[in-house]
Amino acid sequence: MSFAFYLISALTVAGALAAVLLKNLVHCALALTIAFAGLALLFLNLDAQFAGFAQILVYIGAVAILVVFAILLTRGSETPKDGEIFSRTWLAGLAVAAAVFAVLGWAVLGTAPMLPHSSPAPHVTVLQIGNALMSRYVLPLEIVAVLLTAALIGAVMVAMHEKEEKQ
Amino acid sequence: MTPLAGFLLVAALLFSIGLAGALTRRNAILVLIGIELMLNAANLNLIAFWRYGPHPEALTGMMFAIFSIAVAAAEAAVGLGLVIAVHRHAHTTDIDLMNRMKG
Repeated sequence: MSFAFYLISALTVAGALAAVLLKNLVHCALALTIAFAGLALLFLNLDAQFAGFAQILVYIGAVAILVVFAILLTRGSETPKDGEIFSRTWLAGLAVAAAVFAVLGWAVLGTAPMLPHSSPAPHVTVLQIGNALMSRYVLPLEIVAVLLTAALIGAVMVAMHEKEEKQ
Repeated sequence: MTPLAGFLLVAALLFSIGLAGALTRRNAILVLIGIELMLNAANLNLIAFWRYGPHPEALTGMMFAIFSIAVAAAEAAVGLGLVIAVHRHAHTTDIDLMNRMKG
């Protein structure tokens, strides 16, 4: 366990906590970007360079921007009139989340002695990833391409103006 | 504590934070942010198991994570499109006020 791991983990968890706790939605989106960046650093720490840079491109470059656009389009940065940002049933939600974390933590700590210790860093080049994507994983790649096209067309259709209703 | 256990604990913590956010916040966009955090925690698990698993050169966990990132991007686009459509229809993104399926 290196010092870098603790530092990046603390940054990521702090970003995630701020993203769900802050009152102003724009601040939440910025904190979410910090959490995404911390996760990308964790991927790089795990010798997964391709996944780390894909995380930066997709999440910081696209998803975070999309979230900011949605916040601005729905005027979500205005706080609710009664100033309450949490749901009426927040206690039940918090209890469910705490129970999930307790079960996950218990499972990880219970099996920790059986988990593999350090292993040599795998040497994975982008060439190998490209070859795998074009040979063994070519069918999932095509399915993801169709899914992305369908999802983006669907998103545009859903968010498009309903003309009949306006008249 | 082994490095893998550390990564798994961080992923579990991120998943729980995302779940708490999705279950307790009133704004629909914050619910989507919580779902994104949960998906990212799952990706961290996949990459950590790939790194410390027996055959990292087979690239299985890495490919799973890359496809998961692509699917999460599609999910974010559709989810935020739905939030915008609901906001245009109901003039609110407060999910405590959205208690009818009929418009």
